[in-house]
Amino acid sequence: MLEVTQLSKRYGGLRAIDGASLSLSKDRIVALIGPNGAGKTTLFAAISGFVKPDSGTVVFNGENITATPPHAISRKGLVRTFQITQPFMRLSVLENIMVGAYATTANRRLARDKAVEIASRVGMEHLLDMDSSGLTVAARKRLELARALATDPQLLLLDEVMAGLNPTEVAEIVEIVKKIQESGIGILLTEHVMQAVVALADDAYVLNNGRVIAHGALSVVMRDPAVIEAYLGEDTAHLDAGDAHA
Amino acid sequence: MASATRLKLPLLLALLAAVLLYPWIFTSNYAVNWGMLVLFTAFLGQSWNVSGGFAGQMSFGHAAFFGTGAYAYSILVVSYGINPWLAWLLAMVAGGAMGAMIGFLSFRFGLKGSYFALITLAFAEFLRVMADSVSFTQGGLGILIPLQSGAPMQFEHAWESYYLAAAMCLVAVLIAAGLKYTRFGARLVAIRDNESAAMALGIDIFRQKVLCLTLSGAMAGAGGGFYVSKYLYVDPHIAYNLGRSVEMLLVTMVGGAGTVFGPLWGAAAIGALGELTRSLSQSPGLSLVVYGVILIAIVAFLPGGLTSMLGLLRKRCRHHA
Repeated sequence: MLEVTQLSKRYGGLRAIDGASLSLSKDRIVALIGPNGAGKTTLFAAISGFVKPDSGTVVFNGENITATPPHAISRKGLVRTFQITQPFMRLSVLENIMVGAYATTANRRLARDKAVEIASRVGMEHLLDMDSSGLTVAARKRLELARALATDPQLLLLDEVMAGLNPTEVAEIVEIVKKIQESGIGILLTEHVMQAVVALADDAYVLNNGRVIAHGALSVVMRDPAVIEAYLGEDTAHLDAGDAHA
Repeated sequence: MASATRLKLPLLLALLAAVLLYPWIFTSNYAVNWGMLVLFTAFLGQSWNVSGGFAGQMSFGHAAFFGTGAYAYSILVVSYGINPWLAWLLAMVAGGAMGAMIGFLSFRFGLKGSYFALITLAFAEFLRVMADSVSFTQGGLGILIPLQSGAPMQFEHAWESYYLAAAMCLVAVLIAAGLKYTRFGARLVAIRDNESAAMALGIDIFRQKVLCLTLSGAMAGAGGGFYVSKYLYVDPHIAYNLGRSVEMLLVTMVGGAGTVFGPLWGAAAIGALGELTRSLSQSPGLSLVVYGVILIAIVAFLPGGLTSMLGLLRKRCRHHA
């Protein structure tokens, strides 16, 4: 359902993404992993229209959506969340989710019913009247998820939804994400928390210096020497070589 | 929640009754005109509130819409002899068109925050200079609406304009309440709180902002038309006065931006304060000094305005109970 081909974006001399390609279908949860600064968030932003790529194409459900404005991409069913949570601070949890639900209906009562239903799907039904500014990090991450879910997406791009959570909270979100996928929504996620990636993802793309350096089943990818080098750094590789010579 | 709603209805009815009965209790022309000005200022504040309060697009030049409405009304009535009520309607359209145009130009280029405030200020100043120099506004001479007894939209008694201002205020409150309970309003608030998140949820922020400034401009345009019909004269200074823009944002910030009744409380408070300073001192600049101090105090200590003070008090009472 999503085909990204040779996508590139540079900031001055820095190639944030450098000819990255990936493709995914609805029936899988795909992880986009890589060390810090690999370009994961920029790639997400370029796919969802928040950043205009310099070259390359993004095709969603057979339609070229490269450089389409973000709101239009969102309406086509490709919806992102943010690594740094972005709640509507002066709205309650319910009202936050309703803003998402309003993407599918103009009717206040329908939007409200839908928001309540979504809230219970992500385990926030007891927080509906809370001000979103008073939420814990874990609850904010759930709210990000709930809002995106309320728009009836076909594909969710989840940017680090588990960063900053404790293992119990991670396990809870993992269950929620699994259920979302089972309901027929495609998922592409970036994640630092390997516990979550291992529990969730069927497939992984590994990004380093803006390039896809490996792709495949997670267990295979994690043993790829190029991937190990990317994570542990070239210094370790040199050290190994030095040891071999000695 | 339910008890708060139950409490609110009698309060609203009491407020409505107070507004309706005021000219019967304070019968002097001065008092009735004072009440009219409070309601009229609240109406203009509500226009600013739609874009500045709900959508967070803080304009410093709402006089651009007010003045355009004022001139549209005057020119249509005096030069074209159009029925004043129809001219009033067209003044509203003109204000809305000006809102759409300024909104389109500013938001197309992504102006936000203080940049948006400055560009709106510049537009209002530009219009003032234009009105001073082109012939169809009669330049600095201004336009005088001939006084005709019994002509439509001319007010023989103070209470007539008072009740018209009250009706406008009611409509404005209904518009604000509408924003509180509709998708359009929810989207504006979402844009105010976080533009990126709003975009990610499929909201076309450019379109919503232009629509919002159009609505706001139409309201201010209607205000301009009403003003001329009451005072029968307009010139560039009256129409596009910076003081007008400031007054609109002042009453709203003081009362509570982004709330349904904020502009009303703000206009009442500022109106009462104006009377007070006038009775205490003869120097005409004093009220402006006091306004400035109050605005600073509100922004520093009570950013939610007078409306939020009620909420804070209620919370404190609950803690004590």
